[in-house]
Amino acid sequence: MAQTLALSPAELALRLGDDALILSHRLCEWCGRAPTLEVDLALSNIGLDLLGQAQFFLNYAGELDGNGRDADKLAYHREEHEFKNSLLAEQPNGDFARTMVRQFFFSAWQLLRFQELAASPDGTLAAIAAKALKEIAYHVQFAAEWVVRLGDGTAESKRRVAEGVIWSWRFVDELFTGEDAALRPAWEARVQATLAQAGLELPAPVRGITGGREGRHSEHLGHLLAEMQYVQRCHPNAQW
Amino acid sequence: MPADANGLAERVLAVLGEVPDPEIPVISLTDLGIIREVRSGHPPEVVITPTYSGCPASIAIQLSIRQALDDAGLSEVEIRTELSPPWTTDWISESGRQKLLAYGIAPPETAEGRLKLRGDAPAICPQCGSAHTQEISRYGSTPCKALWRCLDCAEPFDRFKCI
Repeated sequence: MAQTLALSPAELALRLGDDALILSHRLCEWCGRAPTLEVDLALSNIGLDLLGQAQFFLNYAGELDGNGRDADKLAYHREEHEFKNSLLAEQPNGDFARTMVRQFFFSAWQLLRFQELAASPDGTLAAIAAKALKEIAYHVQFAAEWVVRLGDGTAESKRRVAEGVIWSWRFVDELFTGEDAALRPAWEARVQATLAQAGLELPAPVRGITGGREGRHSEHLGHLLAEMQYVQRCHPNAQW
Repeated sequence: MPADANGLAERVLAVLGEVPDPEIPVISLTDLGIIREVRSGHPPEVVITPTYSGCPASIAIQLSIRQALDDAGLSEVEIRTELSPPWTTDWISESGRQKLLAYGIAPPETAEGRLKLRGDAPAICPQCGSAHTQEISRYGSTPCKALWRCLDCAEPFDRFKCI
């Protein structure tokens, strides 16, 4: 689709790879801390799927960029302002409800974005997207089920998930900038349906916060990278 | 598979038919359906595809393929990974399904079976054969499995996820 390639394949691969990488790291922060063992496994598995996607995208971005960088180099040896992930992906986990809302918003967006990407004239991007779509379908379902369970649960769980919606809502605009604007109605319809099931409403429009795609990040990303890159920064090119 | 005077494809597939999956060692890599084809050429290539994007077994699989090919005197064969078309559980062989079941993992339905059942069919308990089962968690011990339990014999079991 022409829309998909308004950005160069290299830039697109970097953005989508960084989204997957950073959110994967956030999900791994839940490892050993999730509310139940099953949820712990689920979050790690979703993180793993995202890490796999990140590897495919970033290897391709490195190949196109021609400076001999692979996914590891791009993940561990770039500065904060060189990351192109959306601000939503880097937001701190907060409580479990906030994490689930973030995941639902992100995965529902990813599903639409990758359906389009799977039809891209760029064969590599299309192949990564087609592969990932099968996994993302599970992610959306998992996150949506939790949003409904929490929203339709106790007064406390409802309050928390409603706060999660408000927290994440500011970062939604950024997902639909530029050529992605056309995806917004389908996304809102999907989100609204799930929120309605959860007894929640789509928030009123707010002034969105953007910048991640240009490398202007919230203060949270630097802390995340400090942890993620620590070993490679201390011992460059160390291998397991 | 392209015609192949030296029987290279048959040799490679025979070798890989003996290589176990690192996570589920009762089935081989050919049973799992991740060996796509053998291309004779210079150099000849065996084309593989990952199951899940982030499956940690991918690296182990590549290493064990390399080792098996080298041991069989096929060190000239290179390994190539291709994503498209994406792997589906429909590529698990019939013998692979039987081996999974015997091992205690409920195999995935085939595409045909899914169509017939429309939507989420209950897994069949690999211990007692009951269809009176329940999903505990969609994510299990590896990316490819979900956790279920049997409501008749009360045993928990893994089910291969359909993708």
